[in-house]
Amino acid sequence: MSPALRLLAATAALTLAPLPALAGKTLDAIKSRGQLACGVSTGVIGFSAADSQGQWKGLDVDVCKAIAAAVLGDPNKVRWVPLSSQQRFTALQSGEVDILSRNTTWSLTRDAGQGLHFAGVTYYDGQGFLVAKKTKVSSAKQLKNAEVCVQSGTTTEKNLSDFARSQGIKIKPVVFDKFEASLKAFFSGRCQAYTTDASALAFIRAKEAPNPDDYLVLPELISKEPLGPAVRRGDDEWFAIVKWTVNALIEAEELGITQARVDSLKSSADPSVQRFLGVGEDLGKNLGLDRDWAGRAIKAVGNYGEIFNRNLGADSPLKLPRGLNAQWNKGGILYAQPLR
Amino acid sequence: MSPARPPEVARTAAPQGRADLANLGRLRRALFGDPLNALLSLGVMALLAWSLPALLRWAVLEAQFSPDVGACEALDHRGACWGVVAEKARFILLGRYPVEQAWCPILAALLIVGGWLGAASGRLPGAAVATGLLLPPLLACALLGGGFAGLEAVPTELWGGLPLTLLLTGAGLAGALPLGIAIAYGRRSSLPLLRALLTAGVELARGIPLVAALFMASFLLPLFFPEGGGLDMLWRVLIAIVLFAAAYLSEIVRGGLQAFPEGQRDAAAALGFDAWQTERWIVLPQVLRQVAPSLANSGIALFKDTSLVTVVSLYELTGSLGLALAGDAQWRPFYLEAWLFIAAIYWIGCSLIARLARLAARGAGPAPTPSVNAP
Amino acid sequence: MPGRRRSAWLAQALTLAAVLALAGLLAATTAGHLQERGIRSGFDFLLEPAGFALGESLLPFEPGDSTLRAFAAGLLNTLRVALPAAALALLIGIAAGFGRLADNPLLRGLATAFVTGVRNLPLLLHLLAWYFILTDLLPPGDAPLNPLPGVFLSKSGLALPWWGETGFEVPEPAGFGFEGGANLTPEYLALLIGLSIYSAAYIAETLRGAVQALPPGQRLSALALGMSARQTFLLVLLPQAWRAALPPVTSQLLNLLKNASLAVAIGYPDLVSVAGTSLNQTGRALECLSIVVAVYLALSLVAAAISHRLEARLFREQGQ
Repeated sequence: MSPALRLLAATAALTLAPLPALAGKTLDAIKSRGQLACGVSTGVIGFSAADSQGQWKGLDVDVCKAIAAAVLGDPNKVRWVPLSSQQRFTALQSGEVDILSRNTTWSLTRDAGQGLHFAGVTYYDGQGFLVAKKTKVSSAKQLKNAEVCVQSGTTTEKNLSDFARSQGIKIKPVVFDKFEASLKAFFSGRCQAYTTDASALAFIRAKEAPNPDDYLVLPELISKEPLGPAVRRGDDEWFAIVKWTVNALIEAEELGITQARVDSLKSSADPSVQRFLGVGEDLGKNLGLDRDWAGRAIKAVGNYGEIFNRNLGADSPLKLPRGLNAQWNKGGILYAQPLR
Repeated sequence: MSPARPPEVARTAAPQGRADLANLGRLRRALFGDPLNALLSLGVMALLAWSLPALLRWAVLEAQFSPDVGACEALDHRGACWGVVAEKARFILLGRYPVEQAWCPILAALLIVGGWLGAASGRLPGAAVATGLLLPPLLACALLGGGFAGLEAVPTELWGGLPLTLLLTGAGLAGALPLGIAIAYGRRSSLPLLRALLTAGVELARGIPLVAALFMASFLLPLFFPEGGGLDMLWRVLIAIVLFAAAYLSEIVRGGLQAFPEGQRDAAAALGFDAWQTERWIVLPQVLRQVAPSLANSGIALFKDTSLVTVVSLYELTGSLGLALAGDAQWRPFYLEAWLFIAAIYWIGCSLIARLARLAARGAGPAPTPSVNAP
Repeated sequence: MPGRRRSAWLAQALTLAAVLALAGLLAATTAGHLQERGIRSGFDFLLEPAGFALGESLLPFEPGDSTLRAFAAGLLNTLRVALPAAALALLIGIAAGFGRLADNPLLRGLATAFVTGVRNLPLLLHLLAWYFILTDLLPPGDAPLNPLPGVFLSKSGLALPWWGETGFEVPEPAGFGFEGGANLTPEYLALLIGLSIYSAAYIAETLRGAVQALPPGQRLSALALGMSARQTFLLVLLPQAWRAALPPVTSQLLNLLKNASLAVAIGYPDLVSVAGTSLNQTGRALECLSIVVAVYLALSLVAAAISHRLEARLFREQGQ
């Protein structure tokens, strides 16, 4: 029986031993690995998608790059883990990824019931509908009895039925477990409408439709979808690093710190800018990082405004307006907690 | 794949000239012997006459063979657009694996198939057969993973296409066969408790669908592992496949063991073989050869079942078909042609495994191959 | 031999202890992990509103209904596709099995092509093809095929005259689909056709094997008694082969039931797919999957019991 006992002991060691080494150790693990494991989508252009050379691009991708730059000093030290909407939470909970930066909606159940901690909002979105123009539908309220293609494992699925109930109409969801499958079904004409976050609809219409002009994004948004990066519970230090890196990206735009000017601004007389770049005060030590962390993040990917324009806004194929995602003093609701 | 043949085949050994006439007469009788038969024959002929020319026209005469989207769209599905295969073949066959190291998955696939060929050739001793089954999947994993000898490390989520299908089948079989044999012996042990536990485990695995097992691998297994110490999806899925297949294989082996004549064990004992030697050299080789057709069926089932891993987002052959076409608005309409392409691959794979198993059953040693269907 | 027996008992006790310890360890670690990762657990979610809608359901289901009801609707959906598919599979399978054994070479060739063609492809590939045919090649819902009066076939599925709330109804085009009668979605149809054809090929092979395994004397003596080939087949060979084929055919039908879980891939809300959705919405992986396992084991047991009684009856009848 000794082999069995040995097996038992080995199993016990395997399952129990790493347990004490938990809280606050994500950062150590990342440093010793030399890589940040970042959970992204399997391909939503503008947020996270690999281009034909296999380079990951998008707003969610840039968030991870900024964190890698702040923590490891190199925005390219990231391992990209593409996750389906079903797998994403398991991957984060089990430690397969250190951060989930994958157009994920912040909601109470996810925050409090599924072991996640959302570190901030990087994109204020809402759920909309995409329809073929030939269906002659111009408002979501006309979708009575329509069949709507939707991807499972999303908040979208629930919002759709909430919307139908609030409007007193019947909508038949056709639910697919994979993004590709739901797209294929919609474009084959299986469903009269496709529903997901409006930002993703823009990309689907622009990039996935056989002819974008045959399709229309309906004007109504039926829900609030604040998207942001999440980390797993139980490591407050790591949570703080992610939260404040996101804040730094937004704050940098407000302070006018851009990718190109990071270095030259070190001599700025503005105390907020000085603090941001760690010239006088060392904010980094509060996070367990060095004084230059925020500057490195901006140098790697630029401030929030630059990230937005490059991936979603004017300089991107999607050409989305800033809308809610403008700074609080420019008509939007982005408001970074101050770095001081 | 039963080796039994229809009895008609055996009867056609008559002298040439007269036999032709006799055959013709028999053929006419078989086709139009009575009204019902004549009706059925005419029906089948009409079906063929109607479908074959249309098929020929679609698949060959009016088909477009070059990867030219415009020309394909102009065809408007009157002819097949085989250009989609030319355009997407690399993606469908190799998935998202980095292009510059494409030779790694190709070599890995060849290794696994080569291992099967070697194991089935029947000219190798038992130990070599085992090596042929066990070693190639391990080598394939190393090759695909890279990270040595100047090869770039490739994370498992980028593995895909046909090599992944073959790896899941090969590694699944390599893991499940020894485990299945062990379970089969365990269920014959004299310890009732062990028997009961193994029986419960086998019945549990055989009672649930593979999709449920894959969901468990995807969502439950991570809960057992400590944070960060978890396994990649691929390994979790492989664990599920091995356990699942082992349950089925163990039943086959157990059936073979039950049917094994006790007298041979006694004879072996009389010759001075100990229990282990008897099983290793006398019983197991015969039992495995006897159940080879059933094992082959399980192998084919496993090969086909690997397509299910796409529900947990591993992009093997079927999954990469969806990935290659659904994400490309231009080529999406030519799904059928791409589907036929991978259908042909599965067809060849299944036939290959069946043929190899027949080879293995016929192969090594003078022991006659008992027909599975013998009364 | 008392020493040996004692050591056997000791071994058993140790095995049991090891298995229990392992199970306990797994349970404890999992519970620990759930807690420290802040994942809630328990079956209370079953009684809370599901919040998601199902594309189709035999059991009336609204998003406000409980998750438990969603599971029940999923189970019914599984049976709704598996039972008719089983009946169809038997019919097609018996026909193809006959074809494989026929003297007519054309028929035999056709049956052989069908059986090998179907068996050499994964079921998932079958389903994808059927779903493609039903959703890509058919006309859109506003211009349906109308092969028979009151029967409409389009990308939105098959609408048929059927008994509804107001008696016998004929479907009428309404908005994006049809109202009245029965409406079978493409997801349902693809699963139904794919499952029945796939299982039929296996059933045909089982039947052929069973007939060919009969002692050749049976056939020869029946022919010698002056029976025609068809009579021999139907009256002598088939009844005997059927008894031998029953257990494997039952296991094929059980496979069909399990294979119905491939519904996930084409968006039909069966039990496994509903479990997947609730798992994602609530995060209760352990709970949702143990329900699936329990239900399938129960279904297997029920099926085993039925086939057992059937076999016993067949045996009794033929024994007399």
